[in-house]
Amino acid sequence: MANYPEAHDDTHDLVPGEEQVDGYDIAQGIFGYVLGLVFASGLTVASFYVAGSQLIWGAGIPVALIVLAIAQMGVHLVFFLHISTSPDSANNILALAFGVLLVALVFIGSVWIMAHLNANLMPMSQVMQMQR
Amino acid sequence: MLGKLSWDAIPFDQPIPMLTSVVVAVVILGVLFWVWRRGYTPYLWSEWITSVDHKRIGVMYCVLALVMLIRGFADAIMMRAQQALAFHSEGYLPPEHYNQIFSAHGTIMIFFVAMPFVIGLMNFVVPLQLGVRDVAFPTLNSVSFWLTATGVLLVNISLVVGEFSRTGWLAYPPLSELKYSPGVGVDYYLWSLEIAGVGTLTGGINLATTILKMRAPGMSYLRMPVFCWTSLAANLMIVAVFPVLTATLGMLLLDRYLGFHFFTNEAGGNVMMYVNLIWIWGHPEVYILILPAFGVFSEVVSTFSHKPLFGYRSMVAATMAICILSLLVWLHHFFTMGAGGDVNAVFGIASMIISVPTGVKLFNWLFTMYGGRVRFEVPMLWSIGFMITFTIGGMTGVLFAIPPADFLIHNSLFLIAHFHNVIIGGVLFGVFAGYTYWFPKAFGFTLDERLGKAAFWCWFFGFYLAFMPLYAVGLLGMTRRMQHYDVAAWRPWLLLAMVGAVLIMCGIGFQVAQLVVSIRTRDQRIDVMGDPWDGRSLEWATPSPPPAFNFAVLPNVEGEEAYWGIKQRAIETQQMVAEPDYHAIEMPRNSPTGFVTAFFATVTGFSLIWHIWWLVVLGLVGAFATFVVFAWRDVHEYEISAAEVAKVDRARRQARLAVLPTLKAPT
Repeated sequence: MANYPEAHDDTHDLVPGEEQVDGYDIAQGIFGYVLGLVFASGLTVASFYVAGSQLIWGAGIPVALIVLAIAQMGVHLVFFLHISTSPDSANNILALAFGVLLVALVFIGSVWIMAHLNANLMPMSQVMQMQR
Repeated sequence: MLGKLSWDAIPFDQPIPMLTSVVVAVVILGVLFWVWRRGYTPYLWSEWITSVDHKRIGVMYCVLALVMLIRGFADAIMMRAQQALAFHSEGYLPPEHYNQIFSAHGTIMIFFVAMPFVIGLMNFVVPLQLGVRDVAFPTLNSVSFWLTATGVLLVNISLVVGEFSRTGWLAYPPLSELKYSPGVGVDYYLWSLEIAGVGTLTGGINLATTILKMRAPGMSYLRMPVFCWTSLAANLMIVAVFPVLTATLGMLLLDRYLGFHFFTNEAGGNVMMYVNLIWIWGHPEVYILILPAFGVFSEVVSTFSHKPLFGYRSMVAATMAICILSLLVWLHHFFTMGAGGDVNAVFGIASMIISVPTGVKLFNWLFTMYGGRVRFEVPMLWSIGFMITFTIGGMTGVLFAIPPADFLIHNSLFLIAHFHNVIIGGVLFGVFAGYTYWFPKAFGFTLDERLGKAAFWCWFFGFYLAFMPLYAVGLLGMTRRMQHYDVAAWRPWLLLAMVGAVLIMCGIGFQVAQLVVSIRTRDQRIDVMGDPWDGRSLEWATPSPPPAFNFAVLPNVEGEEAYWGIKQRAIETQQMVAEPDYHAIEMPRNSPTGFVTAFFATVTGFSLIWHIWWLVVLGLVGAFATFVVFAWRDVHEYEISAAEVAKVDRARRQARLAVLPTLKAPT
């Protein structure tokens, strides 16, 4: 992790969402946001269109929506949350990875556990039915 | 007008809570009168209550924890007395009162003793060890503390006004649903934890940000003291799991207040989802408590063995491994509640795996002591006591990780003995070690050693006497939370446990005496140099107590054990580094925001519990207005002039220069 504080300019540490502002970079920053907005709205429109049209074979629609949703997340992370591969971003990427891991664990674990509990602890009436 | 609140809410017919509240009220009024009479009110307001200094806030957290330790212990010894008496009889506590006591004991000890004590130590020590001047968000820090205090206040109000929860420390539904607990007890529990939980979460964000973003020049991750590492892990876990607690309790609140069906038996609710979610928070929570304690032991063992910590990098790896693994084991808290064999096997094995990094840590501490010159002072005694006690508790824990064994001993007093074994032997011994170790840094004088040792031995043997019998009686089949019983074989063990509780009470008495005696004789025990234990990390480079700005010039860190290196160089050359150029320092201004927000949070919480809706609105508006006022402040920093900084730092240098010739380089 190349994140030694002395490598930073002490007065201007980068935080998520903060652009490095030195003069003409502002125009570039705005361009980045506009591009992100275009991508994000494009993906949104595409998902609504795909869901309501015959463009994709019916059974494929959920898959298409998942793909578009993941692309949407990517656009948000890159253009609005400024996740990049630069060394400055190491903390943010680690935090993101930790968050994704955590949500995945909680979600998968809960679904798995609750499925087991539902199977093993069904209401008494159903147990009676099974015994019959 | 006043919702459910009426004179019936005050339990005039029950002597125990009434008498206790009278005593508490007299003590509080006495303290307030004394403060007012001595003219300390302005000092208290401007230097403590509105302080945004991480050191002051850390101290206040610890004071809060110590006061609540006495409350929680009072509950504990009442339970022990009840079980000692209630053989073939009803004892002296009626069931509904006894149930409140064990619920309050668990809630208070975890949320309002262990948590604030650990957070207080982290708050005080971490910025000093990192070589910085404050935490990332100083005013937020004050808000976090005061919101925790709100939770404490609400729990304690329940003693006089209304009742506390009777549903155990985690309030499992359906018992905690409106249908089975129609009183205000569960609401007191829920709202105090919701409000205090927000405080804990913001505190966690604050400290994690501080460690990740604000370190002294040269303080790379792998040069941080282990306490900073364990604090980082604990705060990352706070950020990760406290929202789960808040959301879970929030869903129970929706069930109770707005007729939702998340956890009810009817209408598609699922009780087990609550159990599942609460333990997703609950298991990491115990590691949030124990990891900083591990950090304290790492500092103490290394300092008092006069050696660098053995296996620093393996310690860091073990800490982070525990941080991840602790998120993977929550099901072991409900092995017996219906999950099948494969689920139980996976979580059982994951639980056993945690003992591997924990074992790594234990061996590291042992190897640190090996070949060192060990000084058996009070913090070291707590650490050695911990190593022995925690190992026993860890082994019974691994036993519990085996699902078939868990089926035999779950919910028994064997379980109670196990988790007290790790929480008292681990967390509590850890915070006591840290309290003794850092007390001179916080106040500028050391604690009395003789009384400290007496307190340690009482706690140590008291613990064994109080909890080893519970292992035995648990194996004899006694379940937890029993108000009375009629098995003759259990009686002797419970009487023995009562003796242990009395011994622990002596330990607490010695701790109080230690504090009083040390304050009265502080002139003889002043820590002039600021490094009373021959320390190794940067907090010992500051004077005791440190000035508001901690460091006149941010230290330049050139290796592990930053301060040890500076000190050895000074001893070798017999001179300190050249005097730096002093500059003015900008520090955050004190702010009553935290206190005022917490005041409104208390009003809101109390009126929500009693359904006084207009007051709820008023409290929320007040809290929001406080936030707006704070956001619109114009001046948020004040300047400490270069001359003032120079004066403070020259005094520090002089004190150190004076003792320099007496210090010897280690052979």
